[in-house]
Amino acid sequence: MSATTTVHAPSSKRASRIDHLDQLEHRSVHLLREAYASFPQLAMLWSIGKDSTVLLWLARKAFFGHVPMPLVHIDTGYKIPEMIQYRDRLAAEWRLTVIYGQNEEALASKQTFPDGNVDRLTCCGNLKTEALRRTLSGEGKRYRFDHTLGTYVVDTNREPFTGVIVGVRADEEGSRSKERYFSPRSGENNWDVGDQPPEFWNQYATEFAPGTHVRIHPLLDWTELDIWEYIERERIPTVGLYYDRGEGERFRSLGCWPCTKAVSSSARNVGEIIVELKSGKFSHIAERAGRAQDKDDGGGLETLRRDGYM
Amino acid sequence: MSVARGTAPVSSRPIRFDEEGLPFESEEKNEFQRIDDPAEVEARMGIVIVGHVDHGKSTIIGRLLADTGSLPEGRLEQIKDLCARTAKPFEYAFLLDALKDERAQGITIDAARVFFRTPKRRYLILDAPGHVEFLKNMVTGAARAEAALLVLDAGEGIQENTRRHAYLLSLLGVRQIAVVVNKMDLVEGKESAFDDFARDLTTFLKSINLEPAAIIPVIGRDGDNLAIRSTTMSWYSGPTVLETLDGFQSQGEAVDGPFRMPVQSVYKFTNDGDDRRIVAGTIESGRVKVGDEVVFHPSGKRTRVKSLEAFNRVAPAVAGAGESTGFTLAQQIYVTRGELATLAHEPQPVAATRIRSSVFWLGARPLEVGRNYTLKLGTARVSAHLESIERVLDASTLASVTGRTSVLRNEVADCVLKLRHPIAFDRAADLAATSRFVLVDNFSISGGGVVREALTGSDVHRARARTSTSAPLRPSVLWLTGERGAGKSALAHWLATDAEHAGSRVELIDDDTVGELFPAGGSIAERELRVRRLAWLASRLEAHGAVVVVAIDSPSEEARRFARSVARDFVEVHLTAASDVLEERRGARAMPEAYEVPIQPELRLDTGRLTLEEAGAEVLAWLEEWSSNS
Repeated sequence: MSATTTVHAPSSKRASRIDHLDQLEHRSVHLLREAYASFPQLAMLWSIGKDSTVLLWLARKAFFGHVPMPLVHIDTGYKIPEMIQYRDRLAAEWRLTVIYGQNEEALASKQTFPDGNVDRLTCCGNLKTEALRRTLSGEGKRYRFDHTLGTYVVDTNREPFTGVIVGVRADEEGSRSKERYFSPRSGENNWDVGDQPPEFWNQYATEFAPGTHVRIHPLLDWTELDIWEYIERERIPTVGLYYDRGEGERFRSLGCWPCTKAVSSSARNVGEIIVELKSGKFSHIAERAGRAQDKDDGGGLETLRRDGYM
Repeated sequence: MSVARGTAPVSSRPIRFDEEGLPFESEEKNEFQRIDDPAEVEARMGIVIVGHVDHGKSTIIGRLLADTGSLPEGRLEQIKDLCARTAKPFEYAFLLDALKDERAQGITIDAARVFFRTPKRRYLILDAPGHVEFLKNMVTGAARAEAALLVLDAGEGIQENTRRHAYLLSLLGVRQIAVVVNKMDLVEGKESAFDDFARDLTTFLKSINLEPAAIIPVIGRDGDNLAIRSTTMSWYSGPTVLETLDGFQSQGEAVDGPFRMPVQSVYKFTNDGDDRRIVAGTIESGRVKVGDEVVFHPSGKRTRVKSLEAFNRVAPAVAGAGESTGFTLAQQIYVTRGELATLAHEPQPVAATRIRSSVFWLGARPLEVGRNYTLKLGTARVSAHLESIERVLDASTLASVTGRTSVLRNEVADCVLKLRHPIAFDRAADLAATSRFVLVDNFSISGGGVVREALTGSDVHRARARTSTSAPLRPSVLWLTGERGAGKSALAHWLATDAEHAGSRVELIDDDTVGELFPAGGSIAERELRVRRLAWLASRLEAHGAVVVVAIDSPSEEARRFARSVARDFVEVHLTAASDVLEERRGARAMPEAYEVPIQPELRLDTGRLTLEEAGAEVLAWLEEWSSNS
């Protein structure tokens, strides 16, 4: 080693100081490690979208290549098939513990928007919020990816998760900007926005009363642009639906196919998406503009989130 | 599984799944235009906006966003539209008060985060609520900020919360502040009124060690002196709010201070074929490099840094303040979460069990003399007893009161706390970051404080943890038993660490240390044979003067009886916990097995009710008594 030292090892194009992506990464890693140290029953939600995939990548950063907690995916049955294929490929490649759950009753009785029996918000409530609640509590069936069989088997572990890591960002919409990094939820998953614990000096709500659980939000300070810049820097594999593959359109935000519209765009790769977000057509249009459920009442997503939606 | 190792550059080859081509295959990623300006790479500066309710904080932020083109398209129209439909006059504050509740009440509930940028840098603006009930949210916002704007209403002047917030900023360590005097349009004789204001404010702020970078007259609603210089207040020649923000110094990270890293965890993912033992944490101050001699406090253990570890990047040779990092050690020493890593040649922190501190209290239930709280400092967590309150400061009047036995919500006090076992910290005057702690009451963070100094007289508890003056333990076999999830391994590590620190020769036998040579599992007979073999090994080590801490599955009373028979001094510690606690800890890891409860253990501890430190202290207290009686 030379006598002079820099904060980073001299590596290819990295600046010798912490840039904004480093800063975000370090904070997220810190939060993930605090969560892992504090909650014996810890899970991470993985929606397959770019944000929760960045979160998964950050877990590999935090735990030096390992992901020592299960990834929970809520399968509404209406996810775009390519998303499910991508999920299972990464699960096998990275040796992930993937668990999925779904509201089988609501699907069987067709209490869904695509079946025409309920409105969009009720459908989200059934297939996401309720499915999530039941999967986390263990009341609902959990299916675990079996690496030997290469398929999903019913998981015998029905223990409730007491810590749940979620990849929401503050810039997505108003109610998410009010979140804490560690956010206690009641046994019914409810969020008391008006009475949240204080959070300062890297100390978080890691104590929790019996019957409650804590949501952990390591991506709170990230913006959509940060996410893409980080994907580019780290070369994180993302599902191909985000890119224009010759049809002149792509998905900016991924959800269920009946409620998620593609946007018209010719961005074919991460670099082009970044340019589009910075200076192009999307620099002033909200990311969730293609999500129909946000518009159904004055505060659609907030109503959902108070009841436990991600 | 292939694991990224720290010694070689981790392959940055894209992991591709898609023949259609995920966008990582091209090395020439620079075909698109890069926008090169300093704000691209500079880290975000957190700015908190505080002040009395209704003095116009949210309006100022909303207006700043609108005037700098920082709003998403259609947001302004959307809110205006909503106001028209609900027959409310439009206000810029509604842009922030995005929650329905807030629109109903017209006050900000929480510290909202707003992203914002100028040509110079990126900002994260934290809009802290002014309402007194929501002080804890203001603290949440302010503690993350590098600089603060203190907003007050020119018509109302210095109000209760103006003082309170300014004082808290000072206590929280926010040193860069500017004062924004709002609603100047409502003031007669603007220039002289403003001058009076500025004088009073400067005097007040000086009394609490704050020096404002600027005092700025503004009209929030119209945007005067926010992003754009006012034409109606031409007598003011100082900076606008935007210019003031850009003038703040980015504090960067404290790489120049002594190295401090609270240990978050020690990772070993043996099951995934990775035998690195990595001490992980976020560096609060200073820097560390390969080869440095590190000292952990309060245990005092030391060794050298063997390697720094990282995933998907070149393993760094150095890591500095602000970085979450991890390193391996040249020698295997037992280090646990809660210790503070430092460098041997740098100024060392203090370890103590009795501290004088300044505390602000946010809890609904008062902070009371004689009660116990959980204190969290860095990653250390300890039971703390409030011994005395030296004085209470009313943060809104700054009056000082003595003789109180409790601290009410929103009050600030100097108090003495006694800790169940020693923790390491720095004094606030030496190094703020590692002097800060929170107090937890009833599952909730209810207060915060800084350590002013360590006090003598650490007679906290009969079963206090051992300090460097404690005598070494006498050779014995400490046999920890209990169902899976009872906490055997954690307690074993704690005891081994403590005993080693006190100068004992310690051997730890648990699944981590002997797992490969003596694999767990197999039939009942095989598992019992394993217990007997390890019991014999423990007795041999004891015979050669070691304190042997054993934490393996030993569900059979018969096998434990054998262990007792071969040891000279056998101390059986039975760990229990309520079944729901056990199940929660076990989780997916293991199915419960048939467990025979020890008939006559030396000690029985309920780890569901005791913290790790408390359980450890109980064992040590028992051992000390035993040593002195025999």
